[in-house]
Amino acid sequence: MDPSSLSLGALSDALARGETSASSALDASLSRIRAHDGEVKAFLRLDEAGARKAALGADERRSRKAPLSPLDGVPVGLKDIFCQRGIETTCGSKILSGWKAPYSATVVERLERAGAVLVGKLNMDEFAMGSSTENSAFGTTHNPWDLTRTPGGSSGGSAAAVAARLVPGTLGTDTGGSIRQPASLVGCVGMKPTYGRVSRFGVIAFASSLDQVGPFAQDVRGCAMLLSAISGRDERDQTSSARAVPDFTSSCARDVRGLRIGVPQEFFGEGLDPEVEKAVRATMARFESLGCTMKPISLPTAPHAIATYYIVATAEASSNLARYDGVRFGHRTKDVGSLVEMYGKTRDEGFGAEVKRRIMLGTYALSAGYYDAYYIRAQKVRALIQRDFLRAFAEVDAVISPTSPTAAFKLGEKLDDPLAMYLNDIYTVPANLAGLPGLSAPAGFTSSGLPIGYQLVGRPWDEETLFALAAAHERTTDFHTRAPALGKA
Amino acid sequence: MAIDRAQVRHVAHLARLSLSAAEEEKFAIQLSQVLGYIEKLNAVDVTGIEPLAFAGDQDPSQAKAALRDDRALPGLPREEALSGAPQRDAQAFLVPRIIE
Repeated sequence: MDPSSLSLGALSDALARGETSASSALDASLSRIRAHDGEVKAFLRLDEAGARKAALGADERRSRKAPLSPLDGVPVGLKDIFCQRGIETTCGSKILSGWKAPYSATVVERLERAGAVLVGKLNMDEFAMGSSTENSAFGTTHNPWDLTRTPGGSSGGSAAAVAARLVPGTLGTDTGGSIRQPASLVGCVGMKPTYGRVSRFGVIAFASSLDQVGPFAQDVRGCAMLLSAISGRDERDQTSSARAVPDFTSSCARDVRGLRIGVPQEFFGEGLDPEVEKAVRATMARFESLGCTMKPISLPTAPHAIATYYIVATAEASSNLARYDGVRFGHRTKDVGSLVEMYGKTRDEGFGAEVKRRIMLGTYALSAGYYDAYYIRAQKVRALIQRDFLRAFAEVDAVISPTSPTAAFKLGEKLDDPLAMYLNDIYTVPANLAGLPGLSAPAGFTSSGLPIGYQLVGRPWDEETLFALAAAHERTTDFHTRAPALGKA
Repeated sequence: MAIDRAQVRHVAHLARLSLSAAEEEKFAIQLSQVLGYIEKLNAVDVTGIEPLAFAGDQDPSQAKAALRDDRALPGLPREEALSGAPQRDAQAFLVPRIIE
């Protein structure tokens, strides 16, 4: 058996039955990476020695029938936004190039405690700012379905690695769609949980009122297994919730008959590619055949989400990124001069264009004379966006839409047009502003063979309904089993 | 709303970014475009709406459960905290002299 052909859920089952070993699964991953990552460029760096040791430990536990969790021995990749003790962590930025994290993020510790084999760090847009992974200081990642196209972003490496079968599961972060949009563009499953479900301790901050950690996998159950492992209260992140964490894996087997799914008219209008719309409508028909009912709803403030987001997120980013000043870690300019000159030159040299643009926009929105007009107004619109959703959830159990208005676009196409790039996140941003869980899963393919994703958004703390719906839908299709044709191994 | 090069320079100073002349010019154009799009928000009626700073747990009992005991925990050892610094001595981060 080739373990790299298995989804995360199937690999976990095979490990439990002794049909394969953690060491074989790691070998299969590493050989796929050697064969294909030269063209996909998902990984920034590997930790082969650490992964080998973890796999041997998992095999030893499995042989004693004492696995730490269903993830014991499963290879997992990490977006380079997660601090991992002793391992270079760059967040896709030159300003952190060479920096080794002195501690591990809580999610990293939790994966280690679950026995996951951490293979390496994955490419991303610098500081998670972008929708194409082209803003990485370390080169762009390519979509495994068409190497001339983007895998989406900011967690493009995490998505592409799963789609190219380099690893069965990865973690990413989602501030405005950075898990769901790339999952959609490469044809895998990605989940952004409820704000507060997962600790952000040790996760490099972008916009703290929006950032959330979540998983990628080929299958819904794989995503559920990863989310179960990383969720729950952490005293080191005050926003993490003490609510009990459900067993998301068993939610995948739940009956979905009778569930009501809302169809927001605002998400099926101008700008939506007809092929994407067709695939999402076909997905809705499959949900109806599963016994769900579709109900038209309205989210009247949602069309203002992008404008709101680009005030709120950039304002928070301008504050969070003030720490990169060339004093305590990372790059410092050679041309030092006075302290103030050192700050300015260090930051100009260390940050890329998009990060500077967003720091500028956020600083402007918070500056004297503009704070009320921009920042406070945006927060009021944000309240309305959340109210729209909470009203809708009085009548429906989940909301369905496309994840992204188009399939994967060409690399370079939107790079110098920030607004066009921002509008790519039009369907994903509202869930972040409202703090809601959202999931993207395969809805089909375009006529030219590019993946299309659909999105489900749920009530706060109700990831279970999203997993149940997506797993039931997955059982009616074979989209998740199709793999891109990459060069010969 | 359009912003000009002088405003870009002012904001860049607030953000401690020493932009090049070419960057100032480009950002003046791009930020004006993005701000033009953001003007859309002026069309939304926000009368009587309280600003939402973050969408945390709405349940007050959950907010209470989020409190922990106020006890000291070990911090990062000095040597590890200094390990990533661009310039340091045995015990501190070093920066350019600020007082002559």
